Amino acid sequence: MNVHATPSQTVGPFFSHALPWPGGPLVVGEDAPGAVWLRGTVTDGAAEPVPDALVETWQADAGGRLSGSGFRGFGRCPTAVDGTWAIRTVKPGTVGADEAPHIAVSVFARGLLNRVVTRIYFADEPERNAADPALVRVDPQRRATLVAEPAPDGYRFDIRLQGEGETVFFDV
Amino acid sequence: MSELYPDESAQPPLAWPAYRSTRLRAPSRPLTVMPHSRTELTGPVLGDGRVGELDHDLTRQHAGEPLGERIVVHGRLLDGDGRPVPHSLVEVWQANSAGRYPHDGDQHPAPHDPNFTGVGRCLTDADGHYRFVTVKPGAYPWRNHDNAWRPAHIHFSLFGRAFTQRLITQMYFPGDPLFYQDPIYNSVPEGARERMVSAFDLSETVPEWALAYRFDLVLGGAGAVFEDTSVFEEDE
Repeated sequence: MNVHATPSQTVGPFFSHALPWPGGPLVVGEDAPGAVWLRGTVTDGAAEPVPDALVETWQADAGGRLSGSGFRGFGRCPTAVDGTWAIRTVKPGTVGADEAPHIAVSVFARGLLNRVVTRIYFADEPERNAADPALVRVDPQRRATLVAEPAPDGYRFDIRLQGEGETVFFDV
Repeated sequence: MSELYPDESAQPPLAWPAYRSTRLRAPSRPLTVMPHSRTELTGPVLGDGRVGELDHDLTRQHAGEPLGERIVVHGRLLDGDGRPVPHSLVEVWQANSAGRYPHDGDQHPAPHDPNFTGVGRCLTDADGHYRFVTVKPGAYPWRNHDNAWRPAHIHFSLFGRAFTQRLITQMYFPGDPLFYQDPIYNSVPEGARERMVSAFDLSETVPEWALAYRFDLVLGGAGAVFEDTSVFEEDE
């Protein structure tokens, strides 16, 4: 690397009029085959909801294609006052031979001087999860923090920034 | 390296107690190193559909002109090898010239400006260049510590070409007397924090009309994989 990177700074508390847009959480239309809601809550080290976080997702389409084919792949949702967020998308296909289906996640918030990055895996893929090259690097006792559980209209994935049950965050 | 600054990338540490909001929000466990998949080495291509005709000019988004010192803010978006990043979305937002955001949570008793929302978007050109017209934002108090004031700043949000390059940062103004007491600015080590300070740029001022500041941005992260991309466009 020849040029020094620009440092990160916090997104701050006052971005909700600037970054979210109505279609941001809607990665696919409601009639898209396989459309599901990913829902969760962002909580802090006191287990209190974080009402001013921004959750972004990036993923392959159901066929494992990361761009092209008209698939946006990108979701953005601010948390509500109760810390909840929701993104409508499809479960991604496989992007690499050994890899389990996964979605890359960035969380931005007041109090986060840099984004934190995690991944969403899926509870209905136990065999592929067990062989995933990123997931196997994670302390087995903490892997469950990266696995979305089935829910009535899709999957549930909570993000705990700090403390008990802290989500695994990756250095990217 | 010191314990406070985790590596040589000159990024701020997540745990930085002087900035109080980090205390319950910064993860307590070390980050897990991961092998990059194509997922991390690609990224969204957010195109013209996210950028309206006047989104680059924050002084022309309402019936009248906002109050304040009119400025041009411009620069280039580069990757870690110094190559320009073309056709990439740049999002900015800022307080008005009195230091107030049009946000319900902002209780600073400074006036709102009905002619200023303080939100802009543009795409970098083929050479990685971007340009906004706006007004210089005001400083504002924020209760982090006794008599705490944020230096004037403009928030920037960048995507680059890959998920690894995603960056949200703040642009500051040269010579701000508030730097020394700001834990957000000072969370970045000396020698690197100065990269967040724009430079007065006489060459881009518009005579009899606006001053200008230059702010180049360099995205870190691993090199991007180029996919067969089709620019995503959306109406709204």
